[in-house]
Amino acid sequence: MARKKATPKKTSDASGDQRSARPFWSGTLTFGLVSVPVDLYPGNRTNRAPLRMLSPEGGPLARRYYSEKSGDNLQDDDMVRGFEFEKDRYVIVTDDELERLAPEQSRDIDLRRFVPLEDIPPLYFDRSYFLAPSQGSEKAYRLLAQTMAKQKLAGLATFVMRGKEYLVTIFPEDGILRAETMRFADEIRSPKEIGLPEKKKVAVATVKKFERLIEKHSASHLSLKDLKDEQTEKLLKLVEKKRKQHKDIVEVEVAEREEGKVVDLMEALKKSLSGKRRAA
Amino acid sequence: MAARAIWKGDLKLNSTKVPVKLYAAVQDRTVRFHILEEKSKTRVKQHMIEPDSGKEIPSDEIRKGFEVKPGTFVILDEEELQKLEPEASREIEVTQFVLPTEIPPEYFDRPYYLGPDGDAGAYFALAEALQKKDREGVAHWVMRKQPYAGVLRAEDDHLMLVTLRNAEEVLSAKDLPRPPGRAPDKKELAMATQLVELLKGEFDPKEFKDEYRERVMEFVEKKAKGHKPRLHLVKAKKETTSLDKVLSKSIDALKKKQKKAA
Repeated sequence: MARKKATPKKTSDASGDQRSARPFWSGTLTFGLVSVPVDLYPGNRTNRAPLRMLSPEGGPLARRYYSEKSGDNLQDDDMVRGFEFEKDRYVIVTDDELERLAPEQSRDIDLRRFVPLEDIPPLYFDRSYFLAPSQGSEKAYRLLAQTMAKQKLAGLATFVMRGKEYLVTIFPEDGILRAETMRFADEIRSPKEIGLPEKKKVAVATVKKFERLIEKHSASHLSLKDLKDEQTEKLLKLVEKKRKQHKDIVEVEVAEREEGKVVDLMEALKKSLSGKRRAA
Repeated sequence: MAARAIWKGDLKLNSTKVPVKLYAAVQDRTVRFHILEEKSKTRVKQHMIEPDSGKEIPSDEIRKGFEVKPGTFVILDEEELQKLEPEASREIEVTQFVLPTEIPPEYFDRPYYLGPDGDAGAYFALAEALQKKDREGVAHWVMRKQPYAGVLRAEDDHLMLVTLRNAEEVLSAKDLPRPPGRAPDKKELAMATQLVELLKGEFDPKEFKDEYRERVMEFVEKKAKGHKPRLHLVKAKKETTSLDKVLSKSIDALKKKQKKAA
């Protein structure tokens, strides 16, 4: 559907819109000629303890764009997207144009290469997502997940989502397909580009000293649950303490929640995966 | 041109210290757009307003609060928030070493290259030791008032730190239901395996390019020169009908293609 004006998207980053039960993006996973329509959901939870900005009276504030010239607050229709090709000179680009710049195939996640997952260095991994089958593609989805799990392989592809192209790796976890967006090769700086010194000869004794240290402190398993979010815990404790003391509490009338009802991401994912979605 | 270090710290392994500098390993190449006011074609700015009146509240008057229940906020002032900050330190504590397969991809966040800060001998020796043992160190440090966890690993001859997300931020597939429907049969599995085998290869990131970015830049440049570049519509993909048929067609097509290329 063609849109006349460019309206910059409010959720500008790909960390996921957790305020709705709708998938973040819908498309098709393909391998060979097999098509698997899928829905994409964020695999990372964002900030657990957001702090709201409030007025001196305690009322929640909202962020708005405004015109420096007139001082007016701006609505979506008042704004356009521009690329600065020369100082203060812009080329306007619409959503429609950006959409059309993505060729036919780019809306598919076309798996053209399968590699062992452990061969991908961690520096490439960016954001994590889950894929859920949509439109009755459960059989093909399960087939792909099982095949990749058996051979311990991950599939690589590129695709365009929300005005940006991503390199992505798809791999199974407990029968569910995960998608991990990655950085492109030209987005990774080399040690040379950074200006790191090249390796010179090292003392064998020093290497051995470090090797022994590594051996001594090697663990066979890392408990990922131990990666705690201490900052949020501290914040929540302080909040709880003040709440109990009735300190600095402000109560305001909330007519209706802005930006719609918050839906738990896990619930949305569970619903989608068990096939209980509303008709597309 | 050499990059500037973001931060300086000391890797601490037991009682051994290796001073290092941190550098961003990623260079974002996304085409950057600005949001403009259509009328004036000038860049917009952002501010905080009272939603009902539209009145701007200047930043020094803004208070911060945590919503304990709808409409009820606990206000936290700057002093209290500052007290929550972790103690500043230059130490990057490495407490244990694990196999590279121990940490799943969804935990990794941002990569940083480390460079030696004085003791190059120790730096390169540590990188070599990590390579030889094929292990990664689990590191903890505080940088810019935030606590971090990450892995210390060798990337060829150099050292790298990749930050990790905390457990709360990562959703696990364990808690999700598997899609319904019957499991694939042997024949389907065999064909799918064959198909995947044909596409198997080594990981080579250079195989993939951000072509969309290039197309957008080309389009923008043409438009800037006053041309009217052409665009075509994106077509939606049709669904697979018979899975078996498509699988065997795919295998045949791929084999043909690979034969041609050979």
